[in-house]
Amino acid sequence: MDLAYLWFWIIGFLFIGYFVLDGFDFGVGMSLPFLGKDDVGRRQIINTIGPVWDLNETWLIVAGASLFAAFPEWYATLFSGFYLPLLLILLALIARGVSFEYRHQRDSLQWKKGFDTMIVVGSAVPALLWGVAFANIVQGVPIDQDFEFTGTLLTLLNPYALLGGLTTLLLFFTYGVSFVALKTDGQVHDDARRLAARSGFLTIAVAAVFLLWTVLAHPGLPVMVLAIVAALALILSVGANLRNREGWAFGFAAVTVVAAVGTLWFALYPFVMPSSTDPAFSLTIENASSTDYTLTIMSWAALIFLPLVLAYQGWTYWVFRRRVSRSHIEKAAAQAH
Amino acid sequence: MDLLDPLLLARWQFGLTTLYHYLFVPLTLGLALVVAIFQTVWHRTGDVKWLHLTRLFGKIFLINFAMGVVTGIVQEFQFGMNWSAYSRFVGDVFGAPLAFEGLMAFFFEATFIGLWIFGWDRLPRILHLASIWMVVLGSTLSAYFILAANAFMQNPVGYQMAADDGRAELIDFWAVLTNPVVLAAFPHTIFAAWMFAAAVVIAVSAWHLSRGQHLETMRSSLRFGLWFMIVSFAGVAVSGDQLSLVMVATQPMKMAAAEAMWDSACGADASFSIFSLGTPDGTEEIWSLRVPYLLSLLSTHSFDGCVEGLNDLQALYEQQFGEGVSYMPIIWVTYWSFRWMIGLGGAAALVAVAGLWVTRKRATRPVAGWMWKVAIWAAPLPLLGSLVGWVFTEMGRQPWIVFSLMLTEDGVSPGVPGWTVLISLVAFTLIYAALAVVEFGLILKAAQKGPDPLPDPNAPGGDADDSTRLTSTVY
Repeated sequence: MDLAYLWFWIIGFLFIGYFVLDGFDFGVGMSLPFLGKDDVGRRQIINTIGPVWDLNETWLIVAGASLFAAFPEWYATLFSGFYLPLLLILLALIARGVSFEYRHQRDSLQWKKGFDTMIVVGSAVPALLWGVAFANIVQGVPIDQDFEFTGTLLTLLNPYALLGGLTTLLLFFTYGVSFVALKTDGQVHDDARRLAARSGFLTIAVAAVFLLWTVLAHPGLPVMVLAIVAALALILSVGANLRNREGWAFGFAAVTVVAAVGTLWFALYPFVMPSSTDPAFSLTIENASSTDYTLTIMSWAALIFLPLVLAYQGWTYWVFRRRVSRSHIEKAAAQAH
Repeated sequence: MDLLDPLLLARWQFGLTTLYHYLFVPLTLGLALVVAIFQTVWHRTGDVKWLHLTRLFGKIFLINFAMGVVTGIVQEFQFGMNWSAYSRFVGDVFGAPLAFEGLMAFFFEATFIGLWIFGWDRLPRILHLASIWMVVLGSTLSAYFILAANAFMQNPVGYQMAADDGRAELIDFWAVLTNPVVLAAFPHTIFAAWMFAAAVVIAVSAWHLSRGQHLETMRSSLRFGLWFMIVSFAGVAVSGDQLSLVMVATQPMKMAAAEAMWDSACGADASFSIFSLGTPDGTEEIWSLRVPYLLSLLSTHSFDGCVEGLNDLQALYEQQFGEGVSYMPIIWVTYWSFRWMIGLGGAAALVAVAGLWVTRKRATRPVAGWMWKVAIWAAPLPLLGSLVGWVFTEMGRQPWIVFSLMLTEDGVSPGVPGWTVLISLVAFTLIYAALAVVEFGLILKAAQKGPDPLPDPNAPGGDADDSTRLTSTVY
């Protein structure tokens, strides 16, 4: 098997890992204004992702670096072509990341409010723009014979891509709220479960249209099957939330994210960035990849280290498996002062 | 000069974001080790003052760590955003160490930092201690891979040009990882980072001691910081000497520029100038204060060695790579950054030596107030030294983006208009400036607050399920 094809799937795996992990903490961040009635409640919500948001975000860095190493042409075309959306994502991730660390450093409500706003915006912007970006990749963008993107920002804001962005925004929101329901107790938990069910219905409606559009534009068995899996899992997730089974609800939402990103990946195959200018200018797995030697070395590294990463990250989730309760936050706060 | 020139703007952005990122990297590398050592001592001795120190410097470490992470993502993204031609050209070689960094080091670091912050009561003590050591291992390994990637830009090895000459292709990854430049630059960088961590420990301790508070605890950390600084400086000096030798062998133009040496010279004439003035157009020297033989010693480890000058190297490169290009970096930048790097690092080490002498008889004599002030204000010296060191390394590589293979001007993204780069430059400048103020304020506050009062973790009767015993680190 040609290693470039293997790496197409490994990159896909890394992005699925990124969206499955960072996806719910985007949702947790966005849920603050809806679920965080007071400071203790907001701390309860943020602490559900406290130990893990950083390692979740690391998946993006690894996915990006792997893209650079395995498909330099794809990396170069994508990152220079999608300059402004990526800039906004970067600024959002910066604002969000420092806010988690800084909001608790001062005991002023004004101070905390500022950082809470940055967490909300910093979570919503990437949740929206990643969908826009990946929908554009799958749909194809204007690329010339030198693999240079020739469109503008407006090229990227087309109906299919915007629908993709709305889908990821809503999906990550529902997914994150399900996580809050799973990881908290008391008022926040009850509110989160109800909110996840309600936002779930809206997500189903939007995601169904987006997935149907994707299937129609890229007909094929795997695309169709995965789109159906994504839709079914989302429906099951909402159902589980309605029936107080938040573990299942979160699990099914995660399956939705996996299947939805998988749908896009199969829809893309065997291209990595189709050109809407001329199909002959498209970047494919073969013409965008690194040499076999580089890919061989990276394959060994991935073979050895990815299972290890999954093991110790899984263990981390196990260590922090307990729910975050109000009393925990209150006791810790009392001790800190 | 065109203000919307994408090349110029992209270069400014790279310089700005890299230096800003590097404000946080040394403290991450150095303080992780310091905190790990403090926690280990606490673990071994049970003396609660080491726990206090672990948590105090752990807090400073975390405030700083957050900035290092978020500014690091920008570093990875901007290769593709601003330097897409470069990325296409070297991705096959340059991407691999970055991917290795992510897979092997960065995942590791990010996971165990979470375990350390939130695991005070959830993990058995020995595993919690192991977590911080894992962070040390991860961040240090991460530095290695990044420096290996950078070393390829300084001294390309382990590659061949593709048949159509379109890109560099990796043929020997081991050669990339054992590039002589990275073998010398890695210890140099790590030791310099430790120096800054030592300086922060010294400054925080001195601040509290000067106010007569937490005496017992802060005396211990002060002495530790002073010794740590001196050991680290020794490492910086030895590795720096090695790095000079490698630089002369691989990038003679950079060494000549570091010296502003226009003509080749041997033996006594190969002198090191401590201060020098040049003509306004920068092509000749007017006056300088010189130490004979020193450059020959630094460059070749012998008294009668020869060092090539800028003009001869320019002539040589014109033959090799074509005429019409100046192969010299901006001389005054390289000349002064090289001197400031050495001077700032040396000054920090001198302060530490003086400090060790002054505090050798503990508590018998009070130290003069101004001495504490020197210790406090000396804190930024190693960091500034590291920053100008990077300015020297990267500016000294110009006009090449990959030495001898690709000029910087050829590496910029061809399709990205100047105003787009300008928007991002302005956005990064603003957000970085705002965050710098906040971060500095927070670190200052944490440092001045000093150790948190803690319930004695060894006290009997603690509730096994009371997860708040030590956990004040919640968001």
